[in-house]
Amino acid sequence: MPSLLGNIFKGWADYSKGVEEGGHHDYEHMFAMVIDLDRCTGCNACSTACYAENNLATVGEDKFGARQAMHWMRIERYFDEPDMDPDKDKVEPANETDTQSRGASFLPMMCQHCNAAPCEPVCPVGATYHTVDGLNAQVYNRCIGSRYCANNCPFRVRYFNFYENAESWPAPMDQQLNPDISVRTKGVMEKCSMCIQRTRAGRDAAKREGRDLKDGDIQTACQQTCPTSAILFGDLLDENSVVSKVWKRQQVKLGTYKQDKENSELRGYRIFEELNVDTKVLYLERVREV
Amino acid sequence: MSAQQNLANKHLTDEQTKDIDENIEWAKINADVLRSMENPRRGYWVAMAISVALFSVMIYAEVHQYIYGMGDAGLNTSHMWDLYISTFVFWIGMSHSGTLLSAILHLVHADWRKPIYRFAEAMTTFSLLTAGIFPVIHLGRVWNFYWVMPYVSDRGLWPNFRSPLIWDAFAITAYLTSSVLFLYIGMIPDLAICRDNAKGWRKKLYTWLSLGWRGDDAQWRNFRFTYLMIACLLIPLAVSVHSIVSMDFSMSIMPGWHVTTFPPYFVAGALYSGCAAIITLFILLRYFFKFEHFMTMPILDKVCKLTFVIAMVWTYLNLVEFASVWYGHDIPSKEVLLAKASGPYSPFFWGMMIFGSVLPFALLSKWVRRNMYVLFFVSVFLNVGMWLERWMIVTPTLSLGYHPQAFNVMWPGWVEWAMVGGSFGWFGMLFLVFVKVFPSVSMYEVKEMVYHRKRTVYEDVDEMMNLHSGVPGPVPGSPPTPAPQSTGGA
Repeated sequence: MPSLLGNIFKGWADYSKGVEEGGHHDYEHMFAMVIDLDRCTGCNACSTACYAENNLATVGEDKFGARQAMHWMRIERYFDEPDMDPDKDKVEPANETDTQSRGASFLPMMCQHCNAAPCEPVCPVGATYHTVDGLNAQVYNRCIGSRYCANNCPFRVRYFNFYENAESWPAPMDQQLNPDISVRTKGVMEKCSMCIQRTRAGRDAAKREGRDLKDGDIQTACQQTCPTSAILFGDLLDENSVVSKVWKRQQVKLGTYKQDKENSELRGYRIFEELNVDTKVLYLERVREV
Repeated sequence: MSAQQNLANKHLTDEQTKDIDENIEWAKINADVLRSMENPRRGYWVAMAISVALFSVMIYAEVHQYIYGMGDAGLNTSHMWDLYISTFVFWIGMSHSGTLLSAILHLVHADWRKPIYRFAEAMTTFSLLTAGIFPVIHLGRVWNFYWVMPYVSDRGLWPNFRSPLIWDAFAITAYLTSSVLFLYIGMIPDLAICRDNAKGWRKKLYTWLSLGWRGDDAQWRNFRFTYLMIACLLIPLAVSVHSIVSMDFSMSIMPGWHVTTFPPYFVAGALYSGCAAIITLFILLRYFFKFEHFMTMPILDKVCKLTFVIAMVWTYLNLVEFASVWYGHDIPSKEVLLAKASGPYSPFFWGMMIFGSVLPFALLSKWVRRNMYVLFFVSVFLNVGMWLERWMIVTPTLSLGYHPQAFNVMWPGWVEWAMVGGSFGWFGMLFLVFVKVFPSVSMYEVKEMVYHRKRTVYEDVDEMMNLHSGVPGPVPGSPPTPAPQSTGGA
């Protein structure tokens, strides 16, 4: 049984290496994002682009209200506590959140592609796993819809096809479906893939031309569409990529839940860092005058 | 019923102190149990009709869900499980009492279990069959359910062995297999009695099932050994099954689910709801099948005391869980706990606390333990409390979780309620068929119990008691009354 033992030893070597190096194995790329909340205007263009790029079903008002929508990228709105509003005396108490003079803060939320993803170990059929690109991938054909992954996601960014959403694309609208990605059937879990069809195409193109992947070869749909360039996407293993420069400048590292920041003024943070899920989306805090 | 008969039966209810009438004739045991398997009365058909109706609604809901998707169950992006998994846990819990009565009490030689363990064990098997439905029907693509099994595929695809759902699949399959075996093997001597008294299709069925049982010495030896071995196998299985079910929750990272004490807590809750269900079915069987001679009030009294003890263990583990969350000061977990007690689901939480932890104190009253009508409702409400408990484990965590944007309250849709009701219909159907096809009281073990009670077990104890009270006991060394050649196949 040399091959079996070999696999066991190799598995042990990978495991101990992962423990020493912070839970990683040999990645070819480590695609990650930076989202600057100071630049985000809450325009929802990224969300719309995601709908167009990834064949997301539009479920209609009723199902949206029932929280059965399929928006992989959602713009979350956060309001100040009413007491913090400098003009709180002018606001009707009944609708104070709607009429805050300062308006809302926005946070684009999608799959954080955790390196220690809670959704991955719980899937009974292994339909969600980590790729060598450092992405948390979902295999639609393998998914049987036990929905354990969504229950275990602290960000609640996994979306389930509660219905056969084919009426989202009545003819001739089905002509505008993206041919590079499937249309999911009912009973399947789906989520942001960081536009896996684009990352694959970019990698393949680089391989065909016999060169390494350059920063900027791949753009995700949300990044491409953002009018204020609030979203950056790139490879963290590439030292020269913009994303890895921003991560370094913000003194945020992968593989730890406690960042030692020398400068507490730095705006970069990862959501739910304390859960140690090791997310790969760096948010830059919004700065507002008090 | 004449006044004289009333007087004669009086001792069967109020003043009876012995677990079983030691002078009961063995022919009467056979006759009573065999009679219960014949001539279903109107009440039986009414119960069967209700069960079939409930189950039909479930089939309709499942077909609807199959065609249109899971949306009409009322699920949404944060509430992915809800009643499906809480009812699944409830039925898995129901299955534990049979093992407790038949295996654990068998090993500790508590012979009062003998007249009542058969239906409890049937309950184990049927609640497992009911529980097994839920992990299947809750799947979004139910037609691919067999993908969780590690079958050999030409694509080299295996399930994910790290997932607690896979452990569930293994644990439930193993437990179901061994509990069916245990039920069947324990029934073989009785099936031989049935065979000897049956005609027509029943004769063929029992002949086939009793595997040529003649009741000779070698057969009894092998039987005893096999039965003991399966009992020993079943106890760790029963504990592991519910521990593994609890790991569906405790292996996750969600606040309110990620609790280290869940495995013992779930096992205690399982035994608790199972014992309450045994009381319910005990009363129903005693009432409808006139099993007053076997399912006696002192035995019911013992089951009630057992239920009370388990209820207290469950309450303790429940409070320990709350205390560890409270003093642990993990903010999201604490929020979930506070929301359980004061949020939109709080009526159900307090219902669970009252039915689960306060109501069992009624069992301390001897009047309640001896009053079948009161006891029936008490036992039903204990189980309502336990069902609420499972719901309160699953849903408040999903409604809160970590991310404030996803906080929401949902109420189950009609599909989910149909599935819950239908599961009771399915269980009722199986159980009703069982009591008419198989003996729901173990004839040979009741005979054993009577024999031992009369001849061996209490002789020395009686002597001691009599010595202390100064009353002369039975003459030591008096010859025992001759026992029949075999208890089965007679």
